[in-house]
Amino acid sequence: MGIEGVGARVARKEDKRFITGGGRYVDDMVVPGMKHAVFVRSPHAHAQIKKIDVKKAQAMPGVIGVLTGKELKADGIGNLICGWMIHSKDGTPMKMGAWSPLAVDKVRYVGDAVVIVVADTKGQARDAAEAVEITYKELKAVVDATKAIQPGAPQIHAESDNNLIFDWEIGDAKATDAAIKSAAHVTRMKIVNNRLVPNAMEPRAALGHYDKAEDHYTCWTTSQNPHVARLVMSAFYNVAPENKLRVIAPDVGGGFGSKIYIYPEEIVCLWASKKTGVPVKWVADRTESFLSDAHGRDHVSTVEMAFDKDNRIIGFKVDTIANLGAYMSLFSSCVPTYLYATLLSGQYNIPTIHANVRTVYTNTAPVDAYRGAGRPEATYLLERTMETAARELGVSPAELRRRNFITSFPHQTPVIMNYDAGDYNASLDAAMKAADYAGFTKRRADAGKQGKLRGIGMSCYIEACGIAPSAAVGSLGAGVGLWESAEVRVNAVGTIEVLTGSHSHGQGHETTFAQLVTQRFGVPIDSVSIVHGDTDKVQMGMGTYGSRSGAVGMSAIVKALDKVEAKAKKIAAHLLEADEGDIVIENGEVKVAGTDKSLPWFQVALASYTAHNLPAGMEPGLKETAFYDPSNFTFPAGCYICEVEIDPETGTTEIVQFVAADDFGNIINPMIVEGQVHGGIAQGVGQALLEGAHYDGNGQLLTASYMDYTMPRAGDLPSFKVSTSNTPCPGNPLGIKGCGEAGAIGSPPAVINAITDALGVVDIAMPASPATVWATIRAAKH
Amino acid sequence: MYSVNYHRASSVADAAKQLKNGDAKLLSGGMTLIPAMKTRLAAPSDLVDVSRLKDLQGVKVSGKTVTIGAATTHYDVSTDEKLKKACPALAHMASLIGDPAVRYKGTIGGSIANNDPAADYPAALLALDATIVTNKREIAADKFFKGLFETGLKEGEIVTAVSFTAPAKAAYQKFRNPASRYAIVGVFVTKGKDGVRAAVTGAGEDGVFRSKEIEAALAKNFDASALDGLKVPAKGLMSDLHASADYRANLIAVMAKRAVAAANA
Repeated sequence: MGIEGVGARVARKEDKRFITGGGRYVDDMVVPGMKHAVFVRSPHAHAQIKKIDVKKAQAMPGVIGVLTGKELKADGIGNLICGWMIHSKDGTPMKMGAWSPLAVDKVRYVGDAVVIVVADTKGQARDAAEAVEITYKELKAVVDATKAIQPGAPQIHAESDNNLIFDWEIGDAKATDAAIKSAAHVTRMKIVNNRLVPNAMEPRAALGHYDKAEDHYTCWTTSQNPHVARLVMSAFYNVAPENKLRVIAPDVGGGFGSKIYIYPEEIVCLWASKKTGVPVKWVADRTESFLSDAHGRDHVSTVEMAFDKDNRIIGFKVDTIANLGAYMSLFSSCVPTYLYATLLSGQYNIPTIHANVRTVYTNTAPVDAYRGAGRPEATYLLERTMETAARELGVSPAELRRRNFITSFPHQTPVIMNYDAGDYNASLDAAMKAADYAGFTKRRADAGKQGKLRGIGMSCYIEACGIAPSAAVGSLGAGVGLWESAEVRVNAVGTIEVLTGSHSHGQGHETTFAQLVTQRFGVPIDSVSIVHGDTDKVQMGMGTYGSRSGAVGMSAIVKALDKVEAKAKKIAAHLLEADEGDIVIENGEVKVAGTDKSLPWFQVALASYTAHNLPAGMEPGLKETAFYDPSNFTFPAGCYICEVEIDPETGTTEIVQFVAADDFGNIINPMIVEGQVHGGIAQGVGQALLEGAHYDGNGQLLTASYMDYTMPRAGDLPSFKVSTSNTPCPGNPLGIKGCGEAGAIGSPPAVINAITDALGVVDIAMPASPATVWATIRAAKH
Repeated sequence: MYSVNYHRASSVADAAKQLKNGDAKLLSGGMTLIPAMKTRLAAPSDLVDVSRLKDLQGVKVSGKTVTIGAATTHYDVSTDEKLKKACPALAHMASLIGDPAVRYKGTIGGSIANNDPAADYPAALLALDATIVTNKREIAADKFFKGLFETGLKEGEIVTAVSFTAPAKAAYQKFRNPASRYAIVGVFVTKGKDGVRAAVTGAGEDGVFRSKEIEAALAKNFDASALDGLKVPAKGLMSDLHASADYRANLIAVMAKRAVAAANA
């Protein structure tokens, strides 16, 4: 590590433009002649569309076009797809109901897009949108997945009876049932994982531009994966062939998963641009985001954890109903299956596991991956159950975990995942020490004297990220591979561009990716630029989500750097008349080891481009591409401990300390890693204490603004005590596990375990708002 | 927002005249009206801006009489040195409204004319037995706050000031909605020469109200202990996503106790 290499706390290069208003987001993009779009959305959760009358709207001032789903379909635009095939136990494929970008016959959730209005100004488009007359026949709606699956519930898609999408299982039902039958003790719980709205700071936006002269489309969109957007819009949505479609995801203000998917709006803006002959820009307002961004979580599960007489887990059985909303979003099928149930072993050596997952349509916004994507749901089940089991068995939470930790690696779990390396005792020790766990009893007593209730809770989490080995996920139903690409382009006078298929929407890749290059060649970090987000500039890549840009994205860069290094050394050896094996590159110089024969880096680059004196047979240039396909998931793991103090008079919970001891393998930039953990914990605390999307019985979203949806604020959180230990990941060249989602995965159970500990109750719903805590205390008294 | 005609009033009399335009509304700080217009929930044809009228700004204290101009911002109320001496509870309450950006623009006149059931000022003025001065008459607070978003103001009537006699003891305690930070329950208690008053905002189905139970208990003994075990009835209290009527009833008693303790401190 130099001051700017791997392991250094380099200040982020991209921050200057972000904090001085110089960021260039989709809404900052201007194309000559650009017009503005507003979507007319369904006010009903479930209704047939009887008639759409656009005449009044079309006649209004400034209106350029008012377009419907019928016209969209007549032009051959395809329906949105879910790209991961899951089969039910009986072999039937998942029931993917048709999702037209603009609804044609039926609307299925409040916010479902029906008509697009394009006008000179946004105000005129809004006025005209109000003048669109749609006649609906309202149908009964159902918002609760456990009710939607019952006979007699309103049928949302013709393709799926009882709104069942698929009924899937993993593991060994027979062996697990036998373990439960023979168990010395069984802990049973019903556990709900509450629905969340992602709330990226930047709302979604799209600018679609069809250039008639070139017969070519450009789409600026708030995407975490512009190449995937291009692929899907081309291959499935029939917008344009790939070579006639450029997708640009410029600065994007947060994604958290919600910007992975290709939504109706970008498809329709592109189509509308061709239809109307003008570039069409749409920007969501915040309530529109609440209604139409993919939501997260929303599981209801029952669990049974079986123990032998030595308190060892001998089996774990899970039954989950997962609400996928009104339509299957792009990755929605894998989130409650292969990103969820495969983590049900947790950090524990469990001989047999069985999980049954039923996914269900309801008249709510589509649900898909949201920071953690399946792993928070799995961790919540495991760590809440372990807490309850420890209390039932009369052992300390730490002891029950230690007794069951996996200690020998690699470890094959009964649910596909093969953990490569880890030290769970080390994280637990580190967390307990940092939290002064031993001193808690006294702190609890002192708080009690002040009339306050203190509790402490832990969460020993493991997750699988660095998504993902392509053949493995392909065999499980994924429609794409999950490798990553990089091109390292050394310019003629020595500066370097790295073209990455990863995308940065908050992760700081412009800094961390550059640190890799600085580390390798010793060139100043300012001479390294990271290029991403434009399908015209960058080779095909799979984008950023699933904490993959370190483990997978950086590995591709490393492989490309390897190739560049090898070629540079060959050139230098030739020029310096030395053996290739004696060439070292450091501090921006290429030298013969143990001598003073050297060349500055730029000169080697220049030599490759002037090609005046290259080794025989070598092509000019110094630019190399690599594609990296991971061999396995990576397995960040750790222990979080949360201590709370509750005011029983009001039910207010204060987090008095939050400790995170994580193992992320090797770390590129500790400051950025801390930032990721802080943000993840804030989102996890948000889920546990504050956030929750609520629909009423008619499918109206009651929490559609910050008046009702509680976002975490700085004052809600303590200063976190975070630390990392490091067992390098054996699976990739840098030994990186990834850290982007761990905070959101590990924290909710720690918070709820602490609250239930403080209150002396078995369970409490998330979010454990003051009203909920107070009601729980009251109910426990009676 | 929809198109709207904007008029800047040159005086209160001029404002009264301008209010006769179409479907005009007064604009003071705009912290409620402008967001409502942006979401198109409010659509006045005309706005009559009174926020710059010097006559309507400022805090005057004369002996125990406090007079606050209707267009005085929450920030100015919360930082006024004379008010902090005469009635610190009101200055403190103003500092709890919204956030700094809201406090720099929002005004007392705008707040009470709107009478949001979760606004803080209605509880304060009811507990202070204040007088609302308009361009036509004076209205006692007991008669001014009539219901949800409803006041005793007549069509075209303009609040010009609020005045009250500073009580010997007063305090405000507020329990915030975790999302909006408005009061789920706010209790303002006073002990003046005419006795004890306790006004509650955020909780009543009909807006701000005085709590008979709390006033009766405190009249006997103006001490937090007088409210021990007091059961505030849940009947007539709001139940919504954030708080049940029972929880609000609980919070009223808790906030009242804390307010009395603060008033006595």
